[in-house]
Amino acid sequence: MLLIRCPYCEEERPELEFRNAGEAHIARPTNIAAESDDDFEKFFFIRANPKGVIYERWRHIHGCARFFNAVRDTVTDKFVMTYKAGEPKPAKLPGASK
Amino acid sequence: MNAMFRISGAGRLSQAKTASFTFDDKSYIGIEGDTLASALLANGVHLVGRSFKYHRPRGVLSAGAEEPNALVQIVRDDARKTPNVRATVQELYDGLTAHSQNRWPSLAFDVGAVNDVASPLFSAGFYYKTFMWPKSAWKNLYEPKIRAAAGLGVSPDQPDPDHYASRYAHCEVLVLGGGAAGIAAALAAAETGVRVILADEQAEFGGSLRFESGARIDDQDGYAWAQGAIAKLKAMDNVRVLSRTTAFGYYAQNFVGLVERVSDHLKNPGHDLARERLWQVRAGRVVIATGAIERHMVFANNDRPGVMLASAARTYLNHFGVAVGRNVGVYTANDSAYAAAIDLKKAGVNIAAIVDLRDNPAGPAIDEARALGIEINFGRAVVSAGGKLRVSSMTVQPKNGGGGRTIPVDAILMSAGWTPSVHLFSQSRGKVAFNDETKRFVPGTYAQDCVSVGACNGTDGLDATVDEAYAAGAKAAKEAGGKAGKGAKPKVDAGESWSRGMLGAAPGAGPGTTVKAFVDFQNDVTAKDIRQAVHEGMRSIEHVKRFTTNGMATDQGKTSNMHGLAIAADELGKPIPQVGLTTFRAPYTPVTFGSIVGHARGALFDPTRRTATHGWAASQGAVFEDVGHWKRAWYFPRAGEDMHAAVNRECVTVRKVGGLFDASTLGKIEVVGPDAAKFMELLYTNPWEKLETGRCRYGIMLREDGFIYDDGVVGRLAPDRFHVTTTTGGAPRVMNHMEDYLQTEFPHLNVWLTSITEQWAVIAVQGPKSRDIIAPLVEGIDMSDEAMPHMSVREGKICGVPTRLFRMSFTGERGFEVNVPADYGEAVWEALWAEGQKHGATAYGTETMHVLRAEKGYIIVGQDTDGTVTPNDAGLDWAVGKKKTDFVGIRGLTRPDLVAKGRKQLVGLKTKDPKVVLEEGAQIVTDPKQPIPMKMIGHVTSSYWSENCGRSIALALVAGGRDRMGETLYVPMPNGTIEVEITGMVFVDEKGERLNG
Repeated sequence: MLLIRCPYCEEERPELEFRNAGEAHIARPTNIAAESDDDFEKFFFIRANPKGVIYERWRHIHGCARFFNAVRDTVTDKFVMTYKAGEPKPAKLPGASK
Repeated sequence: MNAMFRISGAGRLSQAKTASFTFDDKSYIGIEGDTLASALLANGVHLVGRSFKYHRPRGVLSAGAEEPNALVQIVRDDARKTPNVRATVQELYDGLTAHSQNRWPSLAFDVGAVNDVASPLFSAGFYYKTFMWPKSAWKNLYEPKIRAAAGLGVSPDQPDPDHYASRYAHCEVLVLGGGAAGIAAALAAAETGVRVILADEQAEFGGSLRFESGARIDDQDGYAWAQGAIAKLKAMDNVRVLSRTTAFGYYAQNFVGLVERVSDHLKNPGHDLARERLWQVRAGRVVIATGAIERHMVFANNDRPGVMLASAARTYLNHFGVAVGRNVGVYTANDSAYAAAIDLKKAGVNIAAIVDLRDNPAGPAIDEARALGIEINFGRAVVSAGGKLRVSSMTVQPKNGGGGRTIPVDAILMSAGWTPSVHLFSQSRGKVAFNDETKRFVPGTYAQDCVSVGACNGTDGLDATVDEAYAAGAKAAKEAGGKAGKGAKPKVDAGESWSRGMLGAAPGAGPGTTVKAFVDFQNDVTAKDIRQAVHEGMRSIEHVKRFTTNGMATDQGKTSNMHGLAIAADELGKPIPQVGLTTFRAPYTPVTFGSIVGHARGALFDPTRRTATHGWAASQGAVFEDVGHWKRAWYFPRAGEDMHAAVNRECVTVRKVGGLFDASTLGKIEVVGPDAAKFMELLYTNPWEKLETGRCRYGIMLREDGFIYDDGVVGRLAPDRFHVTTTTGGAPRVMNHMEDYLQTEFPHLNVWLTSITEQWAVIAVQGPKSRDIIAPLVEGIDMSDEAMPHMSVREGKICGVPTRLFRMSFTGERGFEVNVPADYGEAVWEALWAEGQKHGATAYGTETMHVLRAEKGYIIVGQDTDGTVTPNDAGLDWAVGKKKTDFVGIRGLTRPDLVAKGRKQLVGLKTKDPKVVLEEGAQIVTDPKQPIPMKMIGHVTSSYWSENCGRSIALALVAGGRDRMGETLYVPMPNGTIEVEITGMVFVDEKGERLNG
């Protein structure tokens, strides 16, 4: 069972308290009705599904109930960091020297 | 009275404390502290089981958890018949009852042993090749026969009466393994004051010190030192010492699963004690001190009872005081078997000969054996063991061939070397590395905050092991926040050390031979089988493993994996590291379902939600159905009524008079705030800004892809306050969906969401008399049609308690839904019930609710929709705000496929024969005579007998359905095709006049 740091509660809590909510940093277009079919497809259906570092959303559903973002390695399952919803994608990851 | 092979003065058990037990209905005497295996061996019983495939007689191979052969069934009573218990692990208690497995009619004479003679038929891949044709025979003939013949014990056929405990634990340092290394590491860590947990699978700590007679630490015998150290650790507040506790799984972020066997060793466990306890430990640092497992020699008939690991024989002698034979042969490729020979010789057992595969080994162990007068043969091999139910001889030859001789023996002790137990390290996702010099895999790259020490790390020698472990324990504690320790490192005065050995088939079992030289005892895999797998094209070790089943038994190949790998590598002509090791998976040893499940079974498996009126409904004889976690009243049968009769009566009564229905399980969410209406506009397809306070609207929620997600009636209580209802099953996901959008997409909106599902009990009162039933109890609400029209909501009091009174209908009749604080739900229900009785109203359940709504063509999301249905498909286009510029799903609705012609649309169906009720889920076709597979154009989503219509009614999703009104379609069923006609969805009161009736 993973330990996940909730950036709102500011502590690590067991995975049981959380629910994954899919890829992060996919903003809903402000004028969504005007989106082309291709753009809507990219927005709604297409996901990166990387092997390695993924930016994803989690919800501390059985805790503070907040949605937040996390950076996780899909190979090792290790969380690189978590940050609040609405904060920009981190430019540099901690420990990423190479 | 001592058993025949118990040596007086040997071992550590008190020989006065006897315990009687039975094995295959024969009584024996053992002593307290015995395992079942040691007690059987003390009585000269080596034959304890039959092998899985060939039904070969098998004895005890080991003295620990790696045992592949000595699997027995332990029977406490009718419900407690545990199969596949390793006799080497099961502790003896007075009255223990054990049975051998996989034999018929008896262990000594087993009919299934014909498989052994016919073994050329049963080689690797046998099942895959043989039982392929005809296909149908697999299910009906082959599989049942094979399962019956190749059983490993018999499952109990009653529910498990035992209970299982579960604990979470946290510590800074978790030490896995309580041998010299683990104890040294735990001492070092404990002295720093951090929380330490030390776990070992054995009943007593000490690990290899149980048999290493040469070990001395802190001026004591090694085993005595271990007991003293454990006593010291147990006395420390910051240390938890767990014996009989196996670390079976190493998961992410130092989360380790331990299972503690609490009462399997007790004569009368009683019901207060759990049988097992699952520990889920989160550790700052983990010290892995799991030791090493001795390997057997791979030679012909190496599975005969009496052939065992040298260290096992030492354990039986030095710990249990049992001699495994009177005239013992030794076959080795390293030094460690010498120590066994020396210990046995000193205890008075004759050592017939030591056969050493090595050419000219030298060392103190060899010198000592020679000094004791033991015959030693270098450069020779045991090419075969004689005897059947018990080994009777060993045939010895020069290892490169040549004349041999046969030496009578009653036991053979073997050692091919030691395999580091890297299982838990590997489970932690660490990568092992092959040490070419010592021919073993040892921990290489670490993936987690753990460290391996001692034999499992490839560290040889007690002195080096204790040094390494003590330093690692101190370091782990320091890294996890401990202070500097004050203790002293244990001083090793003497210890044993060995490392080398051999991997793979021994001489006489190599390429070109077909002898039965077992690699994997539990799955009956021989050296020949592994070579055959390579010949038949298996290149990856993972394929060889699956084709031969090597290492796939419950022992997980603890003794066999390295031999199997070496034989495959040899046959492939590749070095071992290039062939690679198969993956180690949890659990390390078998874990009972009971310990995983813990208390989460029966009534505690899942929560049960009951509404406020549950007790009342039960007292009225209601039959309940499960809806998610909820128990809902399904129907209320009166005396003599079956479900059909009860539902018919309820349906008719509601339309004629009225009925009461508990709708409390519907999800309820309060949407509050200055931007509440804006938020509703975005989350639902309907317009909300202009909905007047006190009015209600049926709302549809979509996903972004345009498909219906949920629906429900929403009442506006105030300009900034909406009372939203959802489907029963959809409540949590709708709340999550709303929170998601509010928190992440529309955070600028000033809105607060609160789940109020359990705050309000909801009593639906429906039917022409509904107002008459409610009105006498209501204060402060004008319920006239003018003041409170259909689809409105008022706040006031009922029976003196606050109510949110909705006028709405899921039946098509005049109807109300009385919301009251849940604590008052039952009292208000009873008051309404008393009023209803005056008019002849009925209580009705979910079945009647379903029929009544279907009569009106009202959909149920999740039954009439399936996640691919749009509002238009469901005939609900009117609920989509045409002037709206944004709501969740607005773009999805215009996707090409969603506006294409020929989509499945919700329609009504009438069977040509009104008495026939369609099956929900049944498929619909245009031409019943077309060849199979037919082209289906839709399916039945809802279907009921409608007593009000005097016929069956149904709803269905049909391609282009609304353009097919009046068309005849067909529903092919196993016993004939049913003719149906497409109709509108409303079967009762098409004009909707009864809403005000």
